[in-house]
Amino acid sequence: MSKDLSVPPEIPKEDGRPKWDNKFQYILSCIGFAVGLGNVWRFPYLCQIHGGGAFLIPYFIALLFEGIPLLHLELALGQCLRKGSIGAWNTISPYLGGVGIGSWMVSVLVSLYYNTVLTWVMWYFTNSFQEPLPWSVCPLNENRTGLNEECYKSTAVNYFWYRKTLNITPDVTETGTLQWWLILCLATCWAIVYLCTIRGIETTGKAIYVTAIFPYLVLTIFLIHGLTLPGATDGLAYLFTPNLNTLKNPRVWLDAATQIFFSLSLAFGGLIAFSSYNPPKNDCEKDAVTVAIVNSVTSLYASIPVFSVLGFKATTGYWDCLDRNIINVINEFDLPEESIMRQNYTAWISYLNSSHPEKIAGLKLKSCDLQEFLDQSVSGTGLAFIIFTQAIILMPGSQAWAILFFVMLFSLGLSSMFGNIEGVFTPLLELRIISKSIPKELLSGIICLISFLITLCFTLGSGSYWIDIFDSYAGSVPLLVIAFFEVIGVAYVYKMKRFSKDVKWMTGRKPNLYWQITWRFISPLLLLIVFVAFVTLQIQKPASYAAWNPKYVCSQIFSKLLIKARLVYFSPLPHPLKSLSSTAYLHNAYSVRTTSVTGALMNT
Amino acid sequence: MMSFHEISDVLLCNVTDRVSFWFVVTDSSQNMTTVPGSVVEAAIRMNRNRINSAFLLSDKTLQFLKITSTLSPPVEPSTPVWLIVFGVVLCLIVAGIVFLVVAGIQQRKKKNKESTERENLEEKGEVTVTVENGIPCEALDLKAGHINGVFAADDERFTSL
Repeated sequence: MSKDLSVPPEIPKEDGRPKWDNKFQYILSCIGFAVGLGNVWRFPYLCQIHGGGAFLIPYFIALLFEGIPLLHLELALGQCLRKGSIGAWNTISPYLGGVGIGSWMVSVLVSLYYNTVLTWVMWYFTNSFQEPLPWSVCPLNENRTGLNEECYKSTAVNYFWYRKTLNITPDVTETGTLQWWLILCLATCWAIVYLCTIRGIETTGKAIYVTAIFPYLVLTIFLIHGLTLPGATDGLAYLFTPNLNTLKNPRVWLDAATQIFFSLSLAFGGLIAFSSYNPPKNDCEKDAVTVAIVNSVTSLYASIPVFSVLGFKATTGYWDCLDRNIINVINEFDLPEESIMRQNYTAWISYLNSSHPEKIAGLKLKSCDLQEFLDQSVSGTGLAFIIFTQAIILMPGSQAWAILFFVMLFSLGLSSMFGNIEGVFTPLLELRIISKSIPKELLSGIICLISFLITLCFTLGSGSYWIDIFDSYAGSVPLLVIAFFEVIGVAYVYKMKRFSKDVKWMTGRKPNLYWQITWRFISPLLLLIVFVAFVTLQIQKPASYAAWNPKYVCSQIFSKLLIKARLVYFSPLPHPLKSLSSTAYLHNAYSVRTTSVTGALMNT
Repeated sequence: MMSFHEISDVLLCNVTDRVSFWFVVTDSSQNMTTVPGSVVEAAIRMNRNRINSAFLLSDKTLQFLKITSTLSPPVEPSTPVWLIVFGVVLCLIVAGIVFLVVAGIQQRKKKNKESTERENLEEKGEVTVTVENGIPCEALDLKAGHINGVFAADDERFTSL
């Protein structure tokens, strides 16, 4: 009898803690937090470069042994202790308070630069209402005799991104000036974040209905449209054709583990904050499994339209290449119009090469290979702002597609921002340094205002380099370390028996063998291996970063990053430079090389 | 110098299957001498549009070698379109923020007023407010009941029949 009465001290009473309106809101918030930009622009890229369908094997193994256990752990923790990250970890053990503070700091840093990406999305969105789209044409030069030189040497899309949007400086040491258009968009983005998080989950709970569901609608529309485009099947076949040989490369397993980890937004403290607003008697085990599976299914679902569109773009590029060659040949040999078509192009070329080899050589025809166009793989901002925008120009009705696409990206990013902001907001509310009389609206307003002022530095000419640095070093390794200590802390400091009892009280059943084994042994071990592998790979190469230099001449330039007080001098992971340089459409003048370390921004 | 030319003054040669040809313009008034190339070039440059529309072609499909077409500048509206869109979005957001803040302030004022009223009434002893566990009964009715999770979901406490 005494066993029934010995409930944990957190009896539900009117403790004034805000609550979710209903369970669906909570699940939707967790899903919105987990499903972010990385599901659209990182997962399909990884699938493509790591052997297509074969990548799903390490991906699902990582999900099973790392993603779901850690997710369940965080949700159960928050629900049981009913506090944000700092309070929760202080409760577990005063020696583990640092884990909470670490989570909080990471949330702060990631919130800062994540909103700048939304700024870029908003800028593109407001520019999508023009006819023609501003990134489809090159502006003229001063005396109107030709196109702007920088634009002509690369492409209109690249020019719009690097010059019109970022106004990027050639070097991170050259700060450049504040770009007023980006400041306006940044202010708008922070205003939107403030509007949605003004009263904590009371307002984000309403906003999440739109921002979490809308991306799925748009993805479906793009899926239907993408499958009707020519060349879509080439793209999809290229994406999903499994190549099991890639599994021998440890890089693939590392990428799968990090992708799962960052994609589920673990160790940010946001999930703990979300579940702390739950009623304590809630089945967190089912929630964790649901959120993880929905996140992975969304990644797969998003990769279909993305790769249909990429296949379409590759096919169109291939056809353009062929058409240019055909025109040149027809002009040179004065053949009748439409004598050479795409289908008989190779036959004609071989015939002409045998009869007039000097003429053909003199034409300097570019070799057109569909595979080469399909190989131009890119992830991250390059995919959204360069590749996809180029593909959208080729579709009829491009304004509508552009608007839809950028609103979708904005919703995806915004719902992840809610989780980040909650991870910052909730612990602050619980710390006694903030007096109770300050209304929540004022506190969230102050946070948003301070963040806006700090993020003004990302609107400088060198701002995107700084975002790369933040993403590579603030949003990657610290999360792994925090997650490792989370699992160790709960399993061995709080003790698994006690935790199992708490979970049993909350869900009504004892966590089964799968949870026990993963929490105690497999997940910590996996995290340790991933961390060591990550660091090892980084140390092997000197640090480098992307540079867009209008005066670049063909020689490799590697600049050393300034060593900052808190950043450690790490090196990026090796990256297939070939695929990246071809996406920059090199014309012997411009080069773009990106750092290979990708952190939370690219993966979340 | 205005001189009129007939169609018969334009001589073609080297016509190919590709529909490309060389042509010269002769001046019948001056004893069949050819008009200098620069004059012809200047004339074509000025009348490019008329020539194109006569053939229902464009600068791209009807090429005159060595005569590059001047590029038309891209259309630029007086106010950049993006500023207009941006203004609309910003106005909506600011309206939303103001609305929420004002609603929050009003709610807080109402709550303060209610609690001071209740305190005054209790002091005067005129109205007994039935209170259960610190929650006034009226509030309970309005909220349509609280479900105490400890007791509701705990099936173990009830012995099965």
